[in-house]
Amino acid sequence: MASPDAEAPPPTEPERWRDLDILLSRPGNLVHATFQPSPGLRDDIGSFVEVLVVGAGGLGCELLKDLALSGFKNLHVIDMDTIDVSNLNRQFLFRVQDVGKPKAEVAAKRVMERVSGVNIVPHFCRIEDKELEFYNQFQIIVLGLDSIEARSYINSVACGFLEYDSDDKPIPKTAKPMVDGGTEGFKGHARVIMPGTTPCFECNIWLFPPQVKFPLCTLAETPRTAAHCIEYAHLIKWDEVHTGKPFDADNAEHMQWIYSEALQRAELFGISGVTYSLTQGVVKNIIPAIASTNAIISAACALEALKLVSGCSKSVLNYLTYNGLVGTHIKVTEFVRDTDCLVCGPGTLIELDTSSTLSEFIKMLEKHPKLLMSKASVTHEGNNLYMQSPEVLEQMTRQNLSIPMFELLKGASFVTVHVSGMAESNGNKVSSLRKLRVLFKGVEEASKMDTTESS
Amino acid sequence: MQLFSSLKMINLFKIKDQKKEESASAAGKAPVKKQSAGELRLNKDISELNLPKNTSISFPNGKDDLMSFEIVIRPDEGYYMSGSFGFTFQVSPSYPHEPPKVKCKTKVYHPNIDLEGNVCLNILREDWKPVLNINTVIYGLNLLFTQPNDEDPLNHEAAAVLRDNPKMFEANVRRAMAGGYVGQHYFPRCA
Repeated sequence: MASPDAEAPPPTEPERWRDLDILLSRPGNLVHATFQPSPGLRDDIGSFVEVLVVGAGGLGCELLKDLALSGFKNLHVIDMDTIDVSNLNRQFLFRVQDVGKPKAEVAAKRVMERVSGVNIVPHFCRIEDKELEFYNQFQIIVLGLDSIEARSYINSVACGFLEYDSDDKPIPKTAKPMVDGGTEGFKGHARVIMPGTTPCFECNIWLFPPQVKFPLCTLAETPRTAAHCIEYAHLIKWDEVHTGKPFDADNAEHMQWIYSEALQRAELFGISGVTYSLTQGVVKNIIPAIASTNAIISAACALEALKLVSGCSKSVLNYLTYNGLVGTHIKVTEFVRDTDCLVCGPGTLIELDTSSTLSEFIKMLEKHPKLLMSKASVTHEGNNLYMQSPEVLEQMTRQNLSIPMFELLKGASFVTVHVSGMAESNGNKVSSLRKLRVLFKGVEEASKMDTTESS
Repeated sequence: MQLFSSLKMINLFKIKDQKKEESASAAGKAPVKKQSAGELRLNKDISELNLPKNTSISFPNGKDDLMSFEIVIRPDEGYYMSGSFGFTFQVSPSYPHEPPKVKCKTKVYHPNIDLEGNVCLNILREDWKPVLNINTVIYGLNLLFTQPNDEDPLNHEAAAVLRDNPKMFEANVRRAMAGGYVGQHYFPRCA
């Protein structure tokens, strides 16, 4: 059998770009209002646009290939993982000899080898390890992730660049668009997030179904399925035997231990179906990945990225779902923004004197017509300025009450703070959490420019 | 809808100039801590806590890190009256999509808490909903001490004794809380 790498030579340059050039150089009825077809458009995209791909796994491999073949020449990819042998069936940029190497580095190298003129900068690290400013260099961030937590983080970073004017209108040049792909078995989604215009990830986070969690007592007393036996070994038996030693899902010995314990328990209760791969699946919460689902979703995402930069067609509005389980079904739903969203919403603009103390600020919120918030607790970028309750925190933050806000916010002229308390809504007092944009009167515009970007 | 007018083709050339400016102004900027929506929601939960009289709370990492904290419950009625039971809470950035992780730090003879501190409380696992909050969990934990139940056992032996011989269960609980052996297991004093 021929080795998988011994393939036909790649197409010549003009051949490779023929269809893309047609798409970018012809006018049409479905194009974006600002589209200016031109034979040089592909080169411009290649020269001036930088795209970040977050994740170099099943979707990430596809995305890098698709973007590279869509005319993007400056790509970065970030992923903290190394290659596992179980990735090889679908993460097609990786080979057996790559097992153990960083995904981002191998993926970048392979695509650069195959698509000439493309430069991909790999980042083998956690997304939280990068400075926020790192994310600001890209015109588009494309997400190929498998967790809500990671999406939520990137979303908050990208939305953090968004600025609003004094009429609560988003300032277009500060909007950092994201294209988010996701797959789970035969199902997937592709969505375009334009902060300030379309709903951000946090606006609709409640739509995610909760993770299935078995009651601990079922695991301990009345297991009925193979998964129950595995979770018993994972959540209860491990701690019983390995006091104080944390379980590591990436450690093969640990996983083997869970597997053999689960097998014993299954035998005890006459349950069949415990296998090593099911054990991995249950413990790591893995749903079998389907290569073609990744390919379809990635293609949709890469196309949306191309449409965003070129205007060669209208963007999807704004959430595409794909289901290949029963027949093939694709549907686009227009989700709506949560105008009170803490992450992408404008928040309420508040003007303060530099001399106003925290205590005066809290009193002012009670009378503010848009808030009418009593008993407010105040936090600023992880710094709890005042907590109404519990007593222990109230005592720790009480001394801030007499300090001017301007001083507590370290002399920045324009900052985002979050307040929670009882706010009025339709005549009722309800517990609320709000974002505020605090602007200090009479502080120079110059210092405003320095701080808003990072707020 | 104008999705991307700021980056239409005609402006592609401006991007390059804009980038030069950005890299110049970005230098020397202090990194900003990103606060997750989950952390903000948790702060709100904490600031609105309405603790039962018998429950105290502490924050080992200070006022600015509320994602891990501890509570102590001192039941004022039932089998566990006058005992003192500590719990640790670990809250993930995905809160409230994910429930907090709660462990009992005090070794306790209890049908619904095992000797490793795992707690069988429905709202901590299968029945968690994002509308629930830290207060609900704390009330749920209090309920475990006033109404231990033999139907959801994590400590099988304790559950069997509670079901078959409540008097003996009561005696076992007393012995464990005073510091002593119940069966093969030693329980340090917690009363």
